[in-house]
Amino acid sequence: MSYNVNEKGYYGEFGGAFIPEMLYPNVEELRQNYLKITAEPEFQAEFDALLKEYVGRPTPLYFAKRLSEQYNTKIYLKREDLCHTGAHKVNNTIGQILLAKRLGKKRIIAETGAGQHGVATATVCALMGLECIVYMGEVDIKRQAPNVARMKMLGAEVRPAMSGSKTLKDATNEAIRDWINNPVDTYYIIGSVVGPHPYPDMVARFQSVISKEIKEQLLEKEGRENPDYVIACVGGGSNAAGTYYHFLDNEDVNIIAVEAAGLGVDSGESAATSALGKVGVIHGSKTLLMQTTDGQITEPYSISAGLDYPGVGPMHANLFTTGRAQFISITDEQAMQWGIKLSQMEGLIPAIESAHAFAVLDEMKFKPEDVVVINLSGRGDKDLNTYIDYFKL
Amino acid sequence: MNRINQKLQETKKILSIYFSAGYPNLNDTVQIIQDLEKNGVDMIEIGLPFSDPLADGPTIQASSTQALHNGMTTQVLFDQLKDIRKTVAIPLVIMGYFNPMLQYGIENFCQKCAEIGIDGLIIPDLPVDVYADEYKATFEKYGLKNIFLITPQTSVERIHFIDSVSDGFIYMVSSASVTGSQTGFGSAQEEYFKRIADMNLKNPQVIGFGINNKETFNQATQFAKGAIIGSAFIQHLTENSTGKIEEFVKAIR
Repeated sequence: MSYNVNEKGYYGEFGGAFIPEMLYPNVEELRQNYLKITAEPEFQAEFDALLKEYVGRPTPLYFAKRLSEQYNTKIYLKREDLCHTGAHKVNNTIGQILLAKRLGKKRIIAETGAGQHGVATATVCALMGLECIVYMGEVDIKRQAPNVARMKMLGAEVRPAMSGSKTLKDATNEAIRDWINNPVDTYYIIGSVVGPHPYPDMVARFQSVISKEIKEQLLEKEGRENPDYVIACVGGGSNAAGTYYHFLDNEDVNIIAVEAAGLGVDSGESAATSALGKVGVIHGSKTLLMQTTDGQITEPYSISAGLDYPGVGPMHANLFTTGRAQFISITDEQAMQWGIKLSQMEGLIPAIESAHAFAVLDEMKFKPEDVVVINLSGRGDKDLNTYIDYFKL
Repeated sequence: MNRINQKLQETKKILSIYFSAGYPNLNDTVQIIQDLEKNGVDMIEIGLPFSDPLADGPTIQASSTQALHNGMTTQVLFDQLKDIRKTVAIPLVIMGYFNPMLQYGIENFCQKCAEIGIDGLIIPDLPVDVYADEYKATFEKYGLKNIFLITPQTSVERIHFIDSVSDGFIYMVSSASVTGSQTGFGSAQEEYFKRIADMNLKNPQVIGFGINNKETFNQATQFAKGAIIGSAFIQHLTENSTGKIEEFVKAIR
């Protein structure tokens, strides 16, 4: 059994392309070309060179000595926080912009929640000299002013999504509407392993550089390629998909997915999709989805804007349903405390999203000889205001 | 014979109207349907509101959101429509997104539609291939016609495939756009209308998106069997509530 996508775009029962006919030509063009183009040696060479010279890859696999001592196990951190723009998001935008150029597209659109994907998209558009329009919920624009300013400095136009709850899911709806209205010259860079096939697979492939490097680096440091555990936070799930990718079909590697419980899974203010979601269709993909009994999509909550999505990528829905991955949900309070703890024990200020992943150390028991890899998917600079408000710093 | 097939055999051009069920007020649904029929509308698309209507522009989206606020749900709509066939004879189609139907249960949903006397469904985000593989048998068991969309970008090969899977009509989206974003048709659209008309498909075509007055209705029906008005009628409901429906319809033809 494989946990990767099948030729029809499904992970088990999840995935597919539930799109209006108006989007079919765009998505079909991508489906027919993405594997072919990304397999071309010239594409690979350009992608690899940009990851190395521009993003700063490979990112280190850092042995967290003090954490390891405290938890009496071997803890390695994959340092995606060191990527240019501050998180793993740019691995994907580099890949997609190269694809967009080869497809002859002139205009780039994207959605963003906290603004990290928007910044990563605006960055690669500046790099390639392409027009960039980022849709962002009106509420998020107010909450994430520094990232809005970054996108503007980078030359992107930030368009407010005024519909629905005015957050990430609505920004995604607006981006999809833009694509319907501009089917020929526009390319839509989706920021996570969500959306219609081939996006979940394509984004996972671009992010898979994370687990590819983990294997190489572990071989060097531990004399083996496979850790006992890989741990990552999951909102839509792109950093997690990249962290798990090369371990999916090796069941000796335990996969831990960490979702945002918000104020508590049963509080009504949560983003723990695996616990609260049911099978449904959102943004073109059949997956687990937080919704009313009537099938209306509900608004999730997490203190971390990057985990604040009512669905989860179809790969993750399948990992959950099959039991291949263990899903754990972590509250705002636990994650925020880990923001401080990681800062003071290792000198690393994590993004609040990434801080959720570390809280697993308090929830699970690891053996002294276990090799545990946690993806530190982003740095905390963008969250400074949230940390300041929360801890009255 | 299904009411849709029957209606489309008439020689006249078809005027079809879309509105969001539960808008402007929760219990306006039946009244609006009756008034539309009384004033000569040939077919009605009853919109089942959804929180995230990807293919719709601001007008229909806002009416959906309002309908949900008003308390519209799938079950409420079915309850409102339970006696509709005692007073209304024209074809009725439910248009909605896939997720609420999936949660109701596709079989349950189809069964309920059949009980009420719904003739067909339009589900913009249920792709034709998934329908053909997984749901066609269920729809047919309950005598429901599933209506598919084509756009100016749809390939000839795919149009033929959609025509082969369809039995009712083909919903021709007038241009690459979400609903409610067009003003008038240009030569590119007329060429597209003519190109499709010349394909001699087995299903008649009904044009939607961008029909908002007599002129655009006449332009569209010069090439197609009928035309669908959505956003413009929602706009009318916003301004007049359920009043003046006669004036709205008479202004079209």
